[in-house]
Amino acid sequence: MMDDLAIVADNLSKRFGTTVAVDGLSLEVKRGQAYGLVGPDGAGKTTAIRLLAGLLLPASGSVQVLGTDVVRYPERIKERIGYMPQRFALYGDLTVDENLTFFARLYQVPREEWASRADRLLSFSGLHPFRHRLADNLSGGMKQKLALACTLIHRPELILLDEPTTGVDPVSRREFWQILYGLLQDGITVLVSTPYMDEAERCNMVGFIIRGRIRLAGTPAELKSGLPYRLLELRSPAISTARRVVATVPGVLDVQPFGDALHLAVSDPASAVPIVQAALEHDGVAVHSLREVAPSMEDVFFQMVRSR
Amino acid sequence: MLQRIWAMVYKEFIQIRRDRRTLAMVLALPVIQLLIFGYAINTQVQHIRMVVNDQSKDADSRAFVDAFVNTTYFDLVEYLDSDRAVRESVDSGNAKVGLLIPPDFSANLRGGRQAQAQVLIDGSDPNTAQTALFVSSSIAQVRAADQVAAILSRITGQSGVQAAIDLRPVVLYNPNMESVDFMVPGLIGLILQFQGTILTAFSIVRERERGTLEQLIVTPIRAWELMLGKLLPYTLIAMSVVPIIVGVGVFWFKVEMAGSFWLLLALAFVFLLGTLGLGMLVSTVSRTQVQAMQGAQFILLPSFLLAGFFYPVESMPAFLQPLSYFIPLTYFLRIIRGIVLKGIGLEFLWPQVIPLMLYSLALFWISARRFQKRLE
Repeated sequence: MMDDLAIVADNLSKRFGTTVAVDGLSLEVKRGQAYGLVGPDGAGKTTAIRLLAGLLLPASGSVQVLGTDVVRYPERIKERIGYMPQRFALYGDLTVDENLTFFARLYQVPREEWASRADRLLSFSGLHPFRHRLADNLSGGMKQKLALACTLIHRPELILLDEPTTGVDPVSRREFWQILYGLLQDGITVLVSTPYMDEAERCNMVGFIIRGRIRLAGTPAELKSGLPYRLLELRSPAISTARRVVATVPGVLDVQPFGDALHLAVSDPASAVPIVQAALEHDGVAVHSLREVAPSMEDVFFQMVRSR
Repeated sequence: MLQRIWAMVYKEFIQIRRDRRTLAMVLALPVIQLLIFGYAINTQVQHIRMVVNDQSKDADSRAFVDAFVNTTYFDLVEYLDSDRAVRESVDSGNAKVGLLIPPDFSANLRGGRQAQAQVLIDGSDPNTAQTALFVSSSIAQVRAADQVAAILSRITGQSGVQAAIDLRPVVLYNPNMESVDFMVPGLIGLILQFQGTILTAFSIVRERERGTLEQLIVTPIRAWELMLGKLLPYTLIAMSVVPIIVGVGVFWFKVEMAGSFWLLLALAFVFLLGTLGLGMLVSTVSRTQVQAMQGAQFILLPSFLLAGFFYPVESMPAFLQPLSYFIPLTYFLRIIRGIVLKGIGLEFLWPQVIPLMLYSLALFWISARRFQKRLE
């Protein structure tokens, strides 16, 4: 049972001075999974990942990573995990190749394997043409790919990625996730933190972290089906008037803006649609469309925040 | 293990090579410092400005004044015609010394009575004042002894009566007591300590500030491997400064090297390990580069006073003396002055070398222990 769990964290706490960064956090990550640690800025994602990597000593609680007690033996897991900090932490005055070689040496990768491993990592990250460029001169997206390549050079069983796609352009983000899917196919366990809900959607397992604790965890499908209501999507040219009007309609539990539309929480879409339509018509608000939609992770997140 | 140390060493060398400006500074600064300080620090006081009110105005009083000038310690600025003018000249700083010779000076001298003269000395600069005091009283004593001998020969009728005691000091090592010969080796030690400590003081804290330390400490590298990997490249750089700076001392300042250059080089290596280790310790306890700079200064500034650079350790207050044992420069000053000025070898220097070695090892050990592979 324990063997198919890559990470077991139990009731972890960490404070800095008077600030409680992580407050009784528990989570489990199965081997071979992509676990998304999702939460707003300041929720404690970075501290949580650092605790899991053995970079910080928890005030209380326990962490087992790959079957090893990280609090007591942080060094024993170092060869088996990869960790990518949120801030770019490679040497800007070293080239792409030199950075890779440095970490290959540090992890004592056999010399005859350097070239083949570096080649593979460079080609799937698309960094081949830039291998002699100083890391400082890479674009943001390329820097993140290089950082990922460096955390993979020793073939870890588990990688911990702290907001790897924050501040990266959408194309690079998608490429980055393509690389992560490839790693999952190789059997590598991935724990990734992100503030983006669309990235949460891509994970096998999602844990929502708010104020230092996992408040809700499950597969994206479980989380969505766990919503206590269903959703109507309303599109209208007069979105702010529409919002004011529908908020007063009986049976509409909640209204959230969602892109350029509104999401209405209702318990029974079939009966709610005519009532909402009538109310809008009565106040002279034009309607482009009103239909039931499947909930997204963002809906799940807002519901969770609201219900607290 | 070796591979991880080598990884660090190799990486440091790449970074040092790319940062040419810093490398040039590291190599050139010691030379510039030695040139500036070598000229600036001169404890020999000469050319003290002197004014005279000679009311006696005859051969004897003139001979007395000449005795002062002939020592080269005093420069006669001018003759003034009142004691008050002399006093004012010293007050205003125009002169450091005023010599007052009363009208009856020659008469008393010739009559076998006590001749009086007065020397006013500006004591605000103790170094100058001490020299002036010492030299002027020596002159007076020599003149007095000559006078007594002359009177004695007149009374006894015997010619060639000599002063009772003729002390002939023989100065071993640095026979001309050139302050340059004493100062330059000391300066070399001082500059090397400064360079060594500064070089490593930034080494780890820089990685902490840039964030690269976070990536480094999730690797399997051990604390002591990291320290050693940082220490080795900087040791090599610091060692390459030694022949340069010793060369400037020998060829520019003409310091005569009495002992073995190779022994000096070998012991400089031990010394540099200590100073680099000191910087390393500063770097492991600092959170920012500014803190590291402060920490290095906190150690370096008092160290050149405590290590016996200007005054011997033995002349410091007893409660301060133990502090000097924690400064690598204390040992190295004795080593480099011993080798350069006295030409002595290991047979006399080992009491300095052994503690220096232990000190370097201890610093390295403490730094490695102090360095935690955590982010707190």
